[in-house]
Amino acid sequence: MTRTCASSLLAILLGLLVVGCGGSEDTKTGSGVGSDEQAKSQLWLVAYSTPEVVYDEIIPAFRNTAGGGDVGFKTSFGASGEQSRAVEGGLTADVVSFSIEPDVEKLVEAGLVAEDWKRATPTKGLVSKSIVCFIVRKGNPKRIETWDDLIKPGVEVVTPNPFTSGAAKWNLLGAFAHGGLPYVERLIKDNISVQPKSGREALQTFTGGEGDVLLSYEYEATTALKKGEDIELVRPADSTVEIEISIAQTKDAAPAAQQFIDYVLSPEGQAKFVGWGYRPVNPATVELTRSRFPDPPKVTTITDLGGWSKVNDDLFDPEEGAIAKIEADAGVSTAR
Amino acid sequence: MASRLSLRVVALVYLGAVLVAPVAVVAYKTFEPGLGSVWDSVTTPAAISAFWLTLEVAAIAVPLNAAVGVMTALALVRGKVPGRRFVEALIDLPFAISPVVVGLALVLLYGREGWFGDDLAKAGVTILFSFPGLALATIFVTLPFVVREVAPVLREVGEDQEQAAATLGASRWQAFWRITLPAIRWGLVYGVVLSTARAIGEFGAVSVVSGKVAGETETLTLLVEKRFQNFDLSGAYAASTLLALIALVTLGAMVLVNQRKELS
Amino acid sequence: MSGLSASLPRPRRRYATGGAGALGLGVATLWLSLIVLLPLAAVVDHSVQDGLDAFWTSVSSRQAVAALVFTLLVSLLVTAINVVMGTVIAWVLARDQFAGKRAVNALIDLPFALPTIVAGLTLLALYGQAIAFTKWAVLLALLFVTLPFVVRAVQPVLIELDRDMEQAAHSLGASHRTTFLRIVLPNLAPAIVSGAALAFARAVGEFGSIVLISGNKPFDTQVSAVYAYKQLESDNTTGAAAVSVVLLALSLLVLVALRFMEGRRHRWNG
Repeated sequence: MTRTCASSLLAILLGLLVVGCGGSEDTKTGSGVGSDEQAKSQLWLVAYSTPEVVYDEIIPAFRNTAGGGDVGFKTSFGASGEQSRAVEGGLTADVVSFSIEPDVEKLVEAGLVAEDWKRATPTKGLVSKSIVCFIVRKGNPKRIETWDDLIKPGVEVVTPNPFTSGAAKWNLLGAFAHGGLPYVERLIKDNISVQPKSGREALQTFTGGEGDVLLSYEYEATTALKKGEDIELVRPADSTVEIEISIAQTKDAAPAAQQFIDYVLSPEGQAKFVGWGYRPVNPATVELTRSRFPDPPKVTTITDLGGWSKVNDDLFDPEEGAIAKIEADAGVSTAR
Repeated sequence: MASRLSLRVVALVYLGAVLVAPVAVVAYKTFEPGLGSVWDSVTTPAAISAFWLTLEVAAIAVPLNAAVGVMTALALVRGKVPGRRFVEALIDLPFAISPVVVGLALVLLYGREGWFGDDLAKAGVTILFSFPGLALATIFVTLPFVVREVAPVLREVGEDQEQAAATLGASRWQAFWRITLPAIRWGLVYGVVLSTARAIGEFGAVSVVSGKVAGETETLTLLVEKRFQNFDLSGAYAASTLLALIALVTLGAMVLVNQRKELS
Repeated sequence: MSGLSASLPRPRRRYATGGAGALGLGVATLWLSLIVLLPLAAVVDHSVQDGLDAFWTSVSSRQAVAALVFTLLVSLLVTAINVVMGTVIAWVLARDQFAGKRAVNALIDLPFALPTIVAGLTLLALYGQAIAFTKWAVLLALLFVTLPFVVRAVQPVLIELDRDMEQAAHSLGASHRTTFLRIVLPNLAPAIVSGAALAFARAVGEFGSIVLISGNKPFDTQVSAVYAYKQLESDNTTGAAAVSVVLLALSLLVLVALRFMEGRRHRWNG
């Protein structure tokens, strides 16, 4: 019996050595996002969930470039707030990308990201953009075209909970930009039927049959359509809010982090984003693809609304925020 | 007799609807796109990593709990333990706790703002969002199994043989190896099999502490969730079927061991 | 699966040969404290770190209460169904003979072996849109994961049960129903209760099989475990801890009641 014990112990130890040798790409082509042992350096990318499909293309392309050949990647994708919390809690990260700026600011406060992170990139800390849109059933049976259509009686709206999904704040900001607090209140109280915990889960809830319209981002529709879902994208006919996706490197990041970010912001990298429906931020790419991304007559940006600090304090602060109060009245869970 | 038949029918129909049908449908949907596609699905680098990671976590958690479980069972059955009832309830607790609570507890202990956060940071040790966190969560949920299976066997077997060995000059260790261990062996194996099944299938606790780093802290169950959320339904089914196959193997082991247990 | 019920009186020998000894006891205690006690203490401590008022506010928010009520109701319903069907299945397995019985018997343990998330996925695959995001989804998921508890608790008792009394009753003219109710059931009752208690405790905390398929709609299909998870994700760890403490207290209550009952039964039987 001792011999079997010893050999099983050995097996376990050997097994431990094997940890991490499998690679991390989850596609059949397997062209090596891989966290290979041969890689000279490891880059940890922690991002919010939806651009995983984009990075699955960008990373192999990056590794094919001159500087990127010997960089191994470790990637983690999840809900923006959850990922930010994880990095704050100790998850290793060299490059982070979140769907709202405050999730990066949280890391600045925790001392993990430099205060001037926005100046580190020519795009002021942005990696891509999008706009708030409506996703409806194929054929748009309820003829949803404007924000006012959402508050018609009998229309059921699905949107993620802004207190678990930071990205969901964009949706409600779109509503707010259209009709202010009275509109938001009516929307939440009368028409929003369910608020899942993340944007992706909201999309799944919608494609699973719940609701008539989903508040989402332009690129989510593209992604869903590419994956064969039976939906239709409707850009609001009257107004919308521009979504800004942030990217930053952490203070102790490997040197390859800057290279990687440079690549992501280059025309090649941005082209991959465009392929999945994301609006580019590289000026050259913006010019090239302008026709693909029409705008409603009125597009509000977060700057127009006073910046995230103001918006978070006024609208989303769990205790004092106006929208938080509306949500609490409607019985939705708010943070802290 | 009519009533016996109807009872049998009721039981079988219920089992069919609640147990068999769902599993059968997943098996069907898994292989619907064809064997090749399924093979691709379970051999992506992420899937392979997830598979090995899951096994490695189990390989740590199960033996540890088995060893300590035997010790605990011995102490409880044969020794004088103050507050025995409390200890027994404590052992049973992982059985009844929601996995989310387990994850939360680990975050509160080992997270950056947790009880040990500072000390761990100073020592440069990461527990959460890496392998040790997964191991701890799995250890918690698999804790009771071996104890609960070994203790009753110990109770039934009694100490007579060991006492006889002692009078013949055997040391405690010898008595344990040669007499106690063989006597409890089927209970021990059954407990190990149950723990392994539980370890491989753990989802909730691991979901909270994992960090979901593909290839590193993403277990097979987490991979299922991720694929489901990425609209890769067939991929999710494929990974699920892999887990279900492991479950069936475990089930088979349970049946075999049970038979041996009853015979001995 | 048998519990750690109090054994029949035996001559007590401190650390008899073959026992674990002081070292063994020490290791066991340390392990239990480190793995179980410490984490739970952290949860309890964290739940009241903002004071008892904050604890009460977290636990009594409309959504938390709705989640708890739904959790309790559906768990009780599931337990009730399990008591009936579990006993029926145990009866069929113990007393009936048919082709394939061994396979059916083995199948009972499937929920123990199958990961919870796979269980959720299988239900989704089978019932699809029809039940997704409804209360039925939660009910079916819980029925799946709690199935073995009552069956496995009752089965061994049924098998060991002395048939003489039943036969005597029959020969005296009692109907099957009377025999069952008056003679068999009282003997099964402790096992049924034990299995039911474990099923209930399990149902109350279930997460993996529900999280994918229930839609987690507040006030509708959201269970406490998922609510706690959401609080955790919105960085409200205090709120999550508070709800966790409630769930913990429930589980402890059930387990302690179970032990107490088993203790009494043993005393009763001498």
